[in-house]
Amino acid sequence: MAAQERKLPAPAVSQETQAYWDAAATGKLLVRKCTSCGQAHHYPRTICPFCFSDKTEWIEASGKGTLYSYSVMRRAPVPYAMAYVTLAEGPRMVTNIVDCDFDKLKCEQAVKLVFKATDGGPPLPMFTPA
Amino acid sequence: MSIKGKAYIAGIYEHPTRLAKDISLAQIHAQCAKGALEDAGLTKDDVDGYFCAGDAPGLGPMSMVEYMGLKPRHVDSTDTGGSSYVLHVGHAAEAIAAGKCKVALITLAGRPRAEGMATGTVPRSRGGTPTPDEPFEFPYGPTVVNMYAMCAMRHMHEFGTTSEQLAWIKVAASHHAQHNPHALLRDVVTVEEVVNSPMISDPLHRLDCCVITDGGGAIVVVAPEIAAKLKRPKVKLIGAGEFVKTQMGGKVDLTYSGARFSGAAAFAEAGVKPADIKYASIYDSFTITVLMQLEDLGFCEKGKGGAFVADGNLIAGTGKLPFNTDGGGLCSNHPGNRGGLTKVLEAVRQLRGEAHPAVQVKNCNLAVAHGTGGSLGLRHGSATVILERE
Repeated sequence: MAAQERKLPAPAVSQETQAYWDAAATGKLLVRKCTSCGQAHHYPRTICPFCFSDKTEWIEASGKGTLYSYSVMRRAPVPYAMAYVTLAEGPRMVTNIVDCDFDKLKCEQAVKLVFKATDGGPPLPMFTPA
Repeated sequence: MSIKGKAYIAGIYEHPTRLAKDISLAQIHAQCAKGALEDAGLTKDDVDGYFCAGDAPGLGPMSMVEYMGLKPRHVDSTDTGGSSYVLHVGHAAEAIAAGKCKVALITLAGRPRAEGMATGTVPRSRGGTPTPDEPFEFPYGPTVVNMYAMCAMRHMHEFGTTSEQLAWIKVAASHHAQHNPHALLRDVVTVEEVVNSPMISDPLHRLDCCVITDGGGAIVVVAPEIAAKLKRPKVKLIGAGEFVKTQMGGKVDLTYSGARFSGAAAFAEAGVKPADIKYASIYDSFTITVLMQLEDLGFCEKGKGGAFVADGNLIAGTGKLPFNTDGGGLCSNHPGNRGGLTKVLEAVRQLRGEAHPAVQVKNCNLAVAHGTGGSLGLRHGSATVILERE
């Protein structure tokens, strides 16, 4: 019998982040970067949370990262691995680690980008061991 | 302007219930208010300041002001989750110092058990217009427990903290709860029992988690000239601090909490050091919450919290830093999933000499109460108060 699939709710897309989710639908992860201070941030905003400049732009992330921390939610109908991944571009993002043996996860291991379909919305960027 | 010495905690009350099937939310608020005012020797008509948070029914403070028949000239419904009520003590002192009120009432109530709420293990959307963070978090399944668990996982990775060390925090709380007739869990537990309890979200076990209870409490904060006329032991507020810690635009660091800043502010205002503290009320939604806050408040070095809490160091009578002597949120009460108010209550009991004799700290003249609200791993409010027996 196939394992029960975990149903992912659709993210609530706002005007400010439409481009992020449109890119996700084509398999790309965007990161917002400030052209004034040069730093990338996450979640994406039009005004930089570091220097408050409104000169921010989208860049495409490489999809490479490392696992900052994680926790396997054992008491869910389908257990899943909540995580923070540090992107190669700098920011740490809330995500899930998927398609792997959860018992073998370790902080700081290399991970790579994958996308998982949601229930009626754009797919979610997630990560799997590299 | 400092609030040091500008306000006193004159009345406290903790609702004895842990399951409020037959009591309404507003009723619990009012019963707690009545209890705290009677404890102080004041009446409802003396109240000219009212403080509550998001657990109160209605919009901000208004429904409860009406229900209780109050006529406040100052209100504050700042909501930083479970830390709100610790923060309210500081805000009440500010209002009193500024002459905006003289008798401030703070209330809390909640009924998550009666309402059958899946408190810690189900992701919750707030509904309505999404917060800017929600689309980037909620679909991934953040729950209360797994976001605290990620802090514990990183702490273990960076500092070598162990599940056994975390378990000592629950063990200490259980040693205290056995003396509290109202505590939900009164059985003393061992380190083995904690680490062998079911894994909820790695590395937090069932017994690393706090209880889920209905109930509430209230605090009455008064001006010095009011406190001087009352008969209860005088508990003076000498320092307060608050902070909101976030993911910092993607520079999140899970190894410390906002207590690093709220605590430093409170200790600086009070002019005392962590080593001077005789009793500590530390927010205990999970064992890791306590460990990180103890480090961040300065009771030990960052990363040494595991060694600090081990071997009964938090147990009254045997340890160096007696904590949560009512059994805390880990064993006694976490009313409405908001544990900050009860932290202040046990600190006041200790300073008055009214804690249970088995856990009363001798010559307890200086205490800290600290709260964390929201999610330690996403964004949280921190509030610290330092209280002195006069």
